[in-house]
Amino acid sequence: MNVSAPQHHPNFDEGWDDPAIAARRKKTALQVMLAVITALFFLFTIAFLIRAQYPDYESLAAPWQPLANPWLLWVNSGILLLASLSFHWAVVSARSENINATRDGLYLAGFFTVMFLISQLWLWQQLIALGYYVNSNPANSFFYLFTGLHGLHLLAGLFLWLKTLREARGGLPLSLLQSSVALCATYWHFLFVVWLLLFSLIVGDQATFRAIAAFCGF
Amino acid sequence: MVLALVLILLAVGSVIFHLFSVWQETPLASNWGMIDDTIAMTMAITGFVFVAIVFFMGYCVIRYRHKEGRRASFEPENKKLEWWLMAITTLGICALLAPGLIVYNNFVHVPDDASEFEAVGQQWLWTFRLAGKDGKMGTVDVRHMNIDNPFGINPDDPNGQDDLLIHSNHMHLLLDQPVKALLRSKDVLHNFYVPQFRVKMDLVPGLVSYLWFTPTVIGSYEILCSEYCGVGHYNMRGRVTVDTAADYQQWLATLPTFAETLTQSSSDGLTEQGKKLATSQGCLACHSVDGGKSLGPGWKSLYGKTETLVDGSTIEVDDDYLKQSIVLPKAAIVDGYPDVMVAYPLSDEQLDALLAYIKSLADDENPAIETVPPVTSPPAAATGSPAEQGKVLSQNQGCLACHSVDGSKSIGPGWKGLYGKTEQLIDGSSVVVDDNYLKQSILIPNAALVHGYPDVMAPYPLNNKQLEALVAYIKSLSTDSEKE
Amino acid sequence: MAYAEDAERETLHHPKSFWTKYVWSQDHKVIAIQYSLTAIFAGLVALVLSALMRMQIGFPGALEFIDQNAYYQFMTMHGMIMVIYLLTALFLGGFGNYLIPLMCGARDMVFPFLNMLSYWFYLLSVIILMSSFFVPGGPTGAGWTLYPPQSISAGTPGTEWGIVLMMISLAVFIVAATMGGLNYVTTVLQARTHGMSLFRLPLTVWGIFIATVLALLAFPALFVSAIMLLFDKLLGTSFFMPAMVSMGQTLDYNGGSPILFQHLFWFFGHPEVYIVALPAFGLVSDLISTHARKPIFGYKMMVWAIVAIGVLSFVVWAHHMYVSGMNPYFGFFFATTTLVIAVPTALKVYNWVLTLFRGDIHLTVPMLFALAFILTFLNGGLTGLFLGNVAVDLPLSDTYFVVAHFHMVMGVAPILVVFGSIYHWYPKITGRMLNDTIGRLHFWITFIGTYTIYFPMHYLGFLGMPRRYYAYEDYDFIPQSAHDLNSFITVVALIVGVSQLLFLFNLFYSYFKGKPAGGNPWKATSLEWLTPQTPPAHGNWGEKLPVVHRWAYDYSVPGVAEDYVPQTVPESEAPIHDKGI
Repeated sequence: MNVSAPQHHPNFDEGWDDPAIAARRKKTALQVMLAVITALFFLFTIAFLIRAQYPDYESLAAPWQPLANPWLLWVNSGILLLASLSFHWAVVSARSENINATRDGLYLAGFFTVMFLISQLWLWQQLIALGYYVNSNPANSFFYLFTGLHGLHLLAGLFLWLKTLREARGGLPLSLLQSSVALCATYWHFLFVVWLLLFSLIVGDQATFRAIAAFCGF
Repeated sequence: MVLALVLILLAVGSVIFHLFSVWQETPLASNWGMIDDTIAMTMAITGFVFVAIVFFMGYCVIRYRHKEGRRASFEPENKKLEWWLMAITTLGICALLAPGLIVYNNFVHVPDDASEFEAVGQQWLWTFRLAGKDGKMGTVDVRHMNIDNPFGINPDDPNGQDDLLIHSNHMHLLLDQPVKALLRSKDVLHNFYVPQFRVKMDLVPGLVSYLWFTPTVIGSYEILCSEYCGVGHYNMRGRVTVDTAADYQQWLATLPTFAETLTQSSSDGLTEQGKKLATSQGCLACHSVDGGKSLGPGWKSLYGKTETLVDGSTIEVDDDYLKQSIVLPKAAIVDGYPDVMVAYPLSDEQLDALLAYIKSLADDENPAIETVPPVTSPPAAATGSPAEQGKVLSQNQGCLACHSVDGSKSIGPGWKGLYGKTEQLIDGSSVVVDDNYLKQSILIPNAALVHGYPDVMAPYPLNNKQLEALVAYIKSLSTDSEKE
Repeated sequence: MAYAEDAERETLHHPKSFWTKYVWSQDHKVIAIQYSLTAIFAGLVALVLSALMRMQIGFPGALEFIDQNAYYQFMTMHGMIMVIYLLTALFLGGFGNYLIPLMCGARDMVFPFLNMLSYWFYLLSVIILMSSFFVPGGPTGAGWTLYPPQSISAGTPGTEWGIVLMMISLAVFIVAATMGGLNYVTTVLQARTHGMSLFRLPLTVWGIFIATVLALLAFPALFVSAIMLLFDKLLGTSFFMPAMVSMGQTLDYNGGSPILFQHLFWFFGHPEVYIVALPAFGLVSDLISTHARKPIFGYKMMVWAIVAIGVLSFVVWAHHMYVSGMNPYFGFFFATTTLVIAVPTALKVYNWVLTLFRGDIHLTVPMLFALAFILTFLNGGLTGLFLGNVAVDLPLSDTYFVVAHFHMVMGVAPILVVFGSIYHWYPKITGRMLNDTIGRLHFWITFIGTYTIYFPMHYLGFLGMPRRYYAYEDYDFIPQSAHDLNSFITVVALIVGVSQLLFLFNLFYSYFKGKPAGGNPWKATSLEWLTPQTPPAHGNWGEKLPVVHRWAYDYSVPGVAEDYVPQTVPESEAPIHDKGI
């Protein structure tokens, strides 16, 4: 609730449409939105931790299971990290007023994100081909649920990305572009962290979950 | 002004209503008088607060209502007053909470000398189980549940063999003996609730919940389901009778053990077993054994015959075909018979027994259905005319949850005036309600559903005698109505 | 090029055609009215459903077409519509949309386009929900709590389509509420006018603001449970579905946890109670203060109470589950937290009553509703102390006591506030007063009627009558008098139900024939009464945004001739009581 009071802004009235103020509002909105998404994944995590303690849960990363060696998940994590880093580069470039580098950063970020999504889909296909359907085991159900939901958030993010890209190509004043790129970057970093959490849930073993649950008292 | 009076009148009226209401707790019949005391105390404290605040509000409205020239005093806050009010409220809350938690602590901790019984819920009836002489109940699993083993007791668990089964919704308890009820559901959520005992708890499929109480008053009480469990929820009735030691022992002696209900099928020869299986699984509802035509192919002289299938091909009825037709009836249907048989997941032993029985019917000297000895029946209605027995049966098997006997509409067809009526089935055909149709509908409810009713009835594993009794009762409801 | 378009979107371009002005409007006031009318329509449907249910309870079998299926479908739809599609939508989408920008001194919500989308998603969710009345099998009859396995297994009406549509509708509603919520929160945080510090906001804004925060954080729980239940229903997963034998058939499910669903549901469900209650608290505080011509008593404590209730509402959910079969030791914790939440709630009641003390009470129609709210809420809150105390809950849960309690506390009480608030703000919305005589008649029937319906119902609960029963025939412990009481309650409920037509008529009639209101008929201090036009024009404030110099409760300030000082009046013209705020 630590908010800079609007009364300090001398031209507030004229500033209702002031782009700088609009940028600040968007930042607040994004922060609120991230809180909502955090709540969403937090609750999924809790649901997962409870359900994973039932005896029928069989982790996809158990030694005899397809993700016993989750190299593909590591590769995908790397791709998503590259997307995040590209955004970071775009932010830094925008801040140093290098519009071309900003644009390149955005292109790279989009490319890696799409790569990530395609790679995740490929993983789905592989698992389905092996007979690991969504309803065969709660571990599978959660795997498809988590990866699917995370992917949908990235897809929604791609709309933001597209808008920012248009701004970058359409000659938006640099100060505004900076804020747009920064918002996108924050969202991507956030989703990268969420992915790491989901990753650890997918490959974690039941004993760990039991310990966490016991520690938290449920 | 009117408002102030109405406010005060509502407060006074509420108190008067409380004092003179005829709707109070049912007379207590368990040890949970403490709960009643907690309610009374909560009522006293909250009632006082309610009346005090409403009176003050009424006073303010009368005293400070707008008049010409009146002006409110500017009094934005009074921190001290607010803190005092909060402190007093906190004290009041503690006065409510502390006794409540102490009582709850008693509820959570079951006394060591409590005996156990199990209540099993399903849509929409209750059954019960008691541990046998060994004092231990056998383990259960949904996988073991079938028409012969409705409790799902593990047949290989030695602890379960002497478990006493109560195949009805009428339970007995011993007076002044603390009991722990283990609650288990076969399908959806239910809730075990006897108003006179005060406590209640949900039955949750997949786990065993519990509650405990000590029945303290001889009598017979209704068991209600208190968690919504589908359209029959309001009629999921049961009954618990609190007995003296002598009555209780007498009742206990009538209960069959799990082993008894199982062995009756394995002690006979293979053919005999098959015959019993045919009865208990309800095969005979659709397959005649005397050569008569029925819903499915008759079994007499069936084995070895060549039949034409619906696709025009022919097949010789041999072991393989019979087994396939039981396990997967739709795979190869004989021409001229409707596609109404549900798959029966029988074990290999059961299949062999049934085949042996069908083979034995290939030659002529075999007996018809009448001579099948009745399976040991649950201890219901050993006396009285068949119709009276049927009436008792219909109550304790939970039939009346869905079938009315007074002609009113319910989840299933009402029984009054049902016998002899012509009903339209969902496939458009019509059927006269006779003995065979009724029996079939009890054993395989979904085979021929009456139009306009949902397919929500589970198959009921009744034996022939019980079926006869129930049909007699339904018949009597038709003749009664003519007399009236 | 792209930039020009986007910038355009953020600004207040004044719409020209009828369509952009009243249908695809981005004006928060029009959206508020759209939200309100849609919510009231949904509420009327739910009201009719409740009347039909009451008919079956009071006069079993009197209406042929109410069979078991229909009864449970009506029950489910009534509950869900009233809680989500009426109350939540009306308080946040209706009152929140209308009052937040006006009370903060903003020109509009900060994201008008998103605001418009929020309404259309809401409308879509209502249409999806209502369409379930017309699909094979009808709407779901799983009870508004949608507990699995019941909600998706045999023996429940509407397992074919109804339950799927219900969950999709909820998911769409949650998207709508999130889009709206982003707007409300950002507007309160980032678009307040000059001088409008957080502690100068009217309590209405505080109530709606905290309720929105709760909604944003609690609705994900409903979303999670709806998605996972949909998976169980459509894809055959076993998140919630245990191994079970349904109607003699062993189902393919295995190992799921029905109680997990209940935890998720109530983690949403309990904050939901406060999502409805907090805006009501805020609105009623302003009604009482304005019509008693006295500053709301203990403003800061009232704010902190709202915040405290909001925080605590996330740690009390399992008091809905004392008899659910969950670990019984949870009962100790949740009983304690539940009773703790009574302290800030009680403080609010005290402060409302203390605002009346030494006031100058004008018994206008809004004030009548506000006072009726205090009594009703007090009653419902106190019965909450029964149900929150786990030992007392054992006999009372799942009986009519619960039905009476929650209808009193989150049915009648918030609805009384809704009525009072509509009587209070209608003049600002339309420029005309609602008819006073009809208003009073409507008030008396509604207030006395609802109390007569729900107060005796508690005693059916003491008797042990379970809720969600289609009929109560032949139960030994239920005397004939209880059936008679049920018939009586039904008669009163029908009268109260029909009397709501008075209100609808008043809304319609006064729009054309009402007495012109002027800009500030109640002589109130907060910003919405100070707009240059009434109803406020697009952009709300004309050329210049208002500048705020004081809090919203300067009524009867000593040394000032008028008994109210608007928030825009500087210190040079009237003393400021507390410079810290």
